[in-house]
Amino acid sequence: MELMRDLVVQGVEMALVLVLAPLLTGFVRKCRAHFQRRQGASVFQSYRDLARLLRKDVVLAENASWLFRAAPYLIFAGTWVAAALVPTFAIGLKFSWSADLIAIIALLGSARFFLALAGLDVGTSFGGIGSSREVMIASLAEPAMMMTVFTLALIAGSTQLSTIAQAMTFAHVGLRVSLGLAMVALILVAIAENGRIPIDNPSTHLELTMVHEAMVLEYSGRHLAMIELAAQLKLLLYISLIGCVFVPFGLVGPESPAWAYATGVAAYGTKLAIGGALLALFETTTAKMRVFRVPSFLGAALMLGFLGTLLLFVSGSL
Amino acid sequence: MLTVSFAGVVALLILSFVAPTIANRRSASSATYGATLMISAMLFINAALHVASPATDSVLPLGLPWLGAHFHFDSLAAFFLAVTNLGGAAASLYAIGYGRHESMPGRVLPFFPAFLAGMNLVVLAADAFSFLLSWEFMSLSSWGLVVAHHRNSDNVRAGYIYLIMASFGTLCLLLAFGLLAGSSGTYSFDAMRHADVGPLVPLVLVLALLGAGSKAGLVPLHVWLPLAHPAAPSHVSALMSGIMTKIAVYAFVRIAFDLLGPPDWWWGVLVLAIAAGTAVMGVLQALMEHDLKRLLAYHTVENIGIIFIGLGLALAFRANGMAFAAALAFTAALLHVLNHSVFKGLLFFGSGAVLSATGERDMEHLGGLIHRMPQTAFLFLVGAAAISALPPLNGFVSEWLTFQAVLLSPALPQWGLRLLAPTAGAALALAAALAAACFVKAFGITFLGRPRTDRASQARETDGFSRAAMIAFAAICLMLGILPGLAIDWISPATAEIVHGQMPAQRFLAWLTIIPIAQSRSSYNGLLVFLFIAASACFAAAAIHRFASHVVRRAPAWDCGTPGPSPLRQYTASSFAQPIRRVFGSVVFRAAERVRMPPPGDMGAAELTIEMHDVPWEAIYLPLVRCVAFLSDRLNALQFLSIRQYLTLVFFALVILLVVVAIWS
Repeated sequence: MELMRDLVVQGVEMALVLVLAPLLTGFVRKCRAHFQRRQGASVFQSYRDLARLLRKDVVLAENASWLFRAAPYLIFAGTWVAAALVPTFAIGLKFSWSADLIAIIALLGSARFFLALAGLDVGTSFGGIGSSREVMIASLAEPAMMMTVFTLALIAGSTQLSTIAQAMTFAHVGLRVSLGLAMVALILVAIAENGRIPIDNPSTHLELTMVHEAMVLEYSGRHLAMIELAAQLKLLLYISLIGCVFVPFGLVGPESPAWAYATGVAAYGTKLAIGGALLALFETTTAKMRVFRVPSFLGAALMLGFLGTLLLFVSGSL
Repeated sequence: MLTVSFAGVVALLILSFVAPTIANRRSASSATYGATLMISAMLFINAALHVASPATDSVLPLGLPWLGAHFHFDSLAAFFLAVTNLGGAAASLYAIGYGRHESMPGRVLPFFPAFLAGMNLVVLAADAFSFLLSWEFMSLSSWGLVVAHHRNSDNVRAGYIYLIMASFGTLCLLLAFGLLAGSSGTYSFDAMRHADVGPLVPLVLVLALLGAGSKAGLVPLHVWLPLAHPAAPSHVSALMSGIMTKIAVYAFVRIAFDLLGPPDWWWGVLVLAIAAGTAVMGVLQALMEHDLKRLLAYHTVENIGIIFIGLGLALAFRANGMAFAAALAFTAALLHVLNHSVFKGLLFFGSGAVLSATGERDMEHLGGLIHRMPQTAFLFLVGAAAISALPPLNGFVSEWLTFQAVLLSPALPQWGLRLLAPTAGAALALAAALAAACFVKAFGITFLGRPRTDRASQARETDGFSRAAMIAFAAICLMLGILPGLAIDWISPATAEIVHGQMPAQRFLAWLTIIPIAQSRSSYNGLLVFLFIAASACFAAAAIHRFASHVVRRAPAWDCGTPGPSPLRQYTASSFAQPIRRVFGSVVFRAAERVRMPPPGDMGAAELTIEMHDVPWEAIYLPLVRCVAFLSDRLNALQFLSIRQYLTLVFFALVILLVVVAIWS
């Protein structure tokens, strides 16, 4: 019975992130449009796009293999599970012990692994260019992310995301140099991993500089819907992650009264809205950089993360 | 249990003598590999069941008359024997099918059982004499396998370099054991444990690191490995890369953790620094490689680096009396030993299947094999995901444990270690990310896309025995990934024996979670992660096929409206790695790209040249070779003296020696 209840709670959590993810993307697009003095599509446009893609037939390239057809579901599942393990409005998720922050990063890595393989599967030059650049970006972003995790884990004494979020609410953590460095590194990584400007442009098409769009160029119909949804989940995951670690206010603890859930959900919604708006603002004010400038961008993230960790090794209180 | 091991080793040795006599018969290869399969399986079961048993000793009246041959079967030995014979059994099963393609079975069959016997003997040996003898036996029998196809000049060169490096390694180990034996000169390990080496401890450690490291492939002693491992037939490559390097890890553990007495903190610094460099260097070189088997061999270098990061941390923790942390780091290292032997075996089997189906090792000539060899492709993909440390497979678990060990290192008191441990952690994270990039390349270019040559487009699925071996290893990859707690418990007697600490028992935890320290600190459950991913993928697929669309239409590839019929328009292995080469290559390989454009008006093609340097080879080995060549040129003059000059030379040599002896005493 206990187990059934836990599974139901976890199921609700998973459904929640799934429902919210397209809304967040729609919101970011709307904000961007607003900053650019455009009307923009409705915030619900992402749902309509997904529904339309799902209804359409799949047009599969002639030499696409089984991997090409299985990959969208694997990518989606990996990202979804990772997103469901990040605390949204409450900490102490029922299955949060099944994977810690390192495992969440690795789950996202699995999704990317299959996405990059899918880009190579049809054997076109655009797919190759996308995969090749994606793994180059990932090979720098992933260690940078890991260094951020080290910093957080050393401060909180845990790699368990719920425990980290809880530890961050304690006053004695305070303001620290290492946390500042980790936050900057994590934001840089989040921008790169989600393919936002200045690394990649999510609204681009038919450009030699594109990365993510180049990989998924051969996808259509329901397969494309799965990949789009996975990308939206990933954006939600990163904003939730930054929110629950660096702005841990309003998180609902395990033994809170019922009204706390209302404030928790409200706080979570506010965090997502602010995060999305800031992302849109940042994207509007920056220009996309050349692909070979990306390593210096991510190298900075890696060095900041590493510096944060080293500071903690040197002195526990920095 | 020691008796069973002896029986197995003797049977293998007999087999290696019988094999040449029957090598010309048609069934010789199947019979030999069938026999090694059965013997290895028996040895594996014997070792795997006795990891937790008390140690047994035995002295045989062989070897040096006043010493005898000492053999010892303790938990550590049992663990390494289990790893060795698991690999041996799978390689034998694979070779029953793969060996049929062998053009000259007489050159492979005698050495294969001998190689297996040699590796078993190294682990069993408990005195320096039998250890070194077995070590040399293992090296030489594997050398025989490397030069099995000696008409290929590359293989001869690989064999030659291997022979030199192997002799160098044995020399270092010989000197290390000589110092360990001390002035009393007792060569049994038991006596060495109690002997006092005194101020020579650093020297012994360095010699052990050089001796074992040259066999394991620590940078910069790794140069022979990417040459020799691919030169051998694929099932032997799997053994050399997956197992023999682990025997070297065993040698290092035996000397540094067991024989040399309590460690000093700077041992950890030394090992960690070399290991971190090895991990990153190995994977970067693998990324630049487009020969499939050489790429895998470079990955062995990387994984040895990861194992040694665990060992270095274990040394550092043990030196500071942190038994629990040492046990965690040591368990991570041993688990990675097991994991790497499994997935590297699987990957080499896969590359062997590709080699026998197409005759190609060069990825630039392959492509599209997923259509022609679907099962091999799937199994190779499992291995690739495992080595890239993707959950829920096994590679992730051991790297995760290593990260957990790194996170315990702020408690270390020494500054050197506190700065080096996070650096090693960063190197590990970088290596893991680059490994994933490299295996996207290896799998993507070889198996996906369109065939780049006719040979690739006419490949056929490999035989049943080879597939069975690969399926077995892929299944083990998954099992170790989703049930890591059982493996950790299985290893824990060996950990307790060597670092005198243990991780808490994992097998009774709910859902078979692994919790290395405390629930609130970190936990990982591969089983649940696997179930969640499988369930959500199936749920998504089922829901969409039921409620949305399920129609598939086939059409030509779109490629942004510019599809080209030629498969040469695809990305190649080197173009795939080009962005990463631009990021890291200019420092690590001193890589430079030069574009030579024809002058305006000239219709000739532009030219792109890439210049890369193998820095360790050019900085260490080439000067050494030049030095040796110079000296031997000079000494050549000694061959053309008159008899008077020779006599004078002998006389002066005698005088000098007498003077030296007089001064010495």
